[in-house]
Amino acid sequence: MSLDVHGARILFEIPILGGIVITETVVNTWIVMAVIVGLCIFLTRGMQVHARTKRQIIAEFIVKKVNSMVGENMGERFLNVGYAPLIAAIMSLSAFCSLSSMIGLYAPTSDLSTLLGWSLMVFVLITYNKFRAGGPLGYIKGYFQPIPVLLPFNIISEFATPLSMAFRHFGNIASGTVITGLIYAALSSLSHAVFSILPGALGQVLGNIPLLQVGIPAIFSVYFDLFSSCLQAFIFCMLTMMYIGSAAEG
Amino acid sequence: MNEQLWTKAIVMGSSAIGAGLAMIAGIGPGIGEGYAVGKACEAIGRQPECKGTVQSTMLLGCAVAETTGIYGFIVALLLMFANPFIGKL
Repeated sequence: MSLDVHGARILFEIPILGGIVITETVVNTWIVMAVIVGLCIFLTRGMQVHARTKRQIIAEFIVKKVNSMVGENMGERFLNVGYAPLIAAIMSLSAFCSLSSMIGLYAPTSDLSTLLGWSLMVFVLITYNKFRAGGPLGYIKGYFQPIPVLLPFNIISEFATPLSMAFRHFGNIASGTVITGLIYAALSSLSHAVFSILPGALGQVLGNIPLLQVGIPAIFSVYFDLFSSCLQAFIFCMLTMMYIGSAAEG
Repeated sequence: MNEQLWTKAIVMGSSAIGAGLAMIAGIGPGIGEGYAVGKACEAIGRQPECKGTVQSTMLLGCAVAETTGIYGFIVALLLMFANPFIGKL
């Protein structure tokens, strides 16, 4: 039984600034970004005032859905300053990155660096909105609420927010990868054990082919890849909207 | 040489036990999420028209409740595949 769980492989290195390492994560993220941009161009080509094509109806549906989500969870005023495209971008990138594991690519979301980058962006937005809502003084005052003794805990919770967001997304996708690997390894040894009982040369040949790996992992893949990917994308966006929305209320 | 091997074996074995112990953290989210889903079922049974809102709130709550389990899982992953103790030998 061989179990292979690995991080992102290093593909090549750019020899400037002491060597910038290009891993599978970077390359796959760029592939996913290209796919999303291509999809956007495809969906929005040849738009008319009244939707006549399926493409335009789908595009309008997505835009309406995101707009209503942002309006409900963050408040109407965030719609006018361009938060809806941000949320749509995070959600589509997250979902497509996680789903890319279904075609055998290394999912960029099972690398903690990707998620830490996204949550760092969310952290910057939260801090910016807190500054905007209360000014610098109000921001500092927020750390002494409700009583000044809680200052260390407030600082910890400030950093725990983006960290827990990143860890949650990473943990869900990475656990799917690990469990899928375990299932494959277990099915391989199980099929070896089952088919090598068969007599003669038939058992020897069939025992070396992991026949049970056909089909069975697909059932688990529906949960770990399809459901979990879409759910985590949705949750990451919901949390982003909620944190930014509550930060802006001051 | 033999002694080094022993030390490494003990560190690796302890790490494996530690990873197993860390995954006990999975109990908490399991109970918590089960409770949340049960309550959501009750709520939908009482007010079927609120199904959408209850469902999305429940999923969000489940995801937040899952965090502690995920922390345990990450500790287990670190101990299994990126062991920080073996490098210190």
